[in-house]
Amino acid sequence: MSELHDPPTAQQLVESVREWLETDVFPQVEGRLQFHTRVAMNVLAMVERELELGEAQNENYAEGLAAFQCSSEAELAEKIRTGALLSQEDEVEEFVMNSVIQKLRVANPKYLRDE
Amino acid sequence: MESIPSTPEELSLAITAATGLDGISQLRRLTGGASRETWSFRVGEEQRIIQRQRLTSPRDMHVEVGVLEAAYAAGVPVPRVLASSRDLVGDNPVGTQFMIVNAFEGETIARKILRDDEYAAARKTLPAQFGSALGKLHRMNSAVDGLEDVDQIAFYQEHLRDCGQSHPAFEIAFRWLEENRPPVGRRCLVHGDFRMGNLIIGNEGLRAVLDWELAHIGDPAEDLGWLCVRAWRFGGAGPVGGIGAYEDLLEAYGEASGEYISLETLRWWEVLGTVKWGLMCISQAAYHLTGSVRSHELAAIGRRVCENEYDALLAIRELKKGKGSTRV
Repeated sequence: MSELHDPPTAQQLVESVREWLETDVFPQVEGRLQFHTRVAMNVLAMVERELELGEAQNENYAEGLAAFQCSSEAELAEKIRTGALLSQEDEVEEFVMNSVIQKLRVANPKYLRDE
Repeated sequence: MESIPSTPEELSLAITAATGLDGISQLRRLTGGASRETWSFRVGEEQRIIQRQRLTSPRDMHVEVGVLEAAYAAGVPVPRVLASSRDLVGDNPVGTQFMIVNAFEGETIARKILRDDEYAAARKTLPAQFGSALGKLHRMNSAVDGLEDVDQIAFYQEHLRDCGQSHPAFEIAFRWLEENRPPVGRRCLVHGDFRMGNLIIGNEGLRAVLDWELAHIGDPAEDLGWLCVRAWRFGGAGPVGGIGAYEDLLEAYGEASGEYISLETLRWWEVLGTVKWGLMCISQAAYHLTGSVRSHELAAIGRRVCENEYDALLAIRELKKGKGSTRV
């Protein structure tokens, strides 16, 4: 697929700002500003991971939803609520757990426990 | 309407006018939450705290004043209310509802309490002290007016329906919570937000329980479960606030209250608390998304919802196995 935009990629641009925060800003600030700088670095790292993984994750999610005859996440939530998927309860739970793990791989991979 | 005193000078004069407290010095603002602001000041050698409601807050701080007074009388370690807008006759020079309490020395930052050497001894005694403080609190006899008693599952299901997002993991959790709801226990006053961050800790242990604005009538196990939610472990290993074992909390609680809560019931409330914190993360991010407070910190909390989905599903999986149930 051809890309319209010139390098650096969005991921590389975000990475450059995060690195600047880490090396130049963070060591120079303290207290509340340091805390908010750390939050900003974490947010940018999250965006980098989403740019790397997000597209494939979205495709997989749509496929997984379709396997339960759901065209959207909202539809899956509704079917769980009303008990329409009770006959496939274990499969649904496994799929939902896996989708939550995919979200954590972007939001906070360190949160995942070794299993 | 007169304007609300906002500078330290104005507020200082207003406090004196409202309460007769004279010789106020070193008045400075500590924090400003969504519902209230907190200032510290000195009167002579004594350190004092004033909390003042925001105009936009729907909460009635006078209910909390009543709760604090009752808890103090029952021997729960809490700040003592020295003055409040509840007892004013006529105008309130401070502008909105307020209360003045004594200040405690000590630490509230969980990461320090969990890791610093000076709290090593405290960490050993805290889980039992938490149990004992909660036991006393739940055994309080005095009635406090204005406290709500709502069904926690129904309340948070409605919250999920109204948040404008879909969360299949929370739907699974609510199904499990409904199917496994423990028998309805005694109703009593519960703190509603008893966790690291709202507790003042000294190197010898628990000094004071703060932030009673979410106090309500509920099941006593609710407070114990909330304390064990993973978010309040701040990376610590023990399930009780990151430092202790379930058994230590339950045993001390039983001794103080005469009521022994089962581990199963505690874990049920922990799962409910996990879902509840997940929904609260959605609300926090919404403050940013709707523009009422612009903040990247609040925005980022929206991406912590899935931590709670993960914990809730893990706990449910574990508890199903523990019970040996293999439902098809």
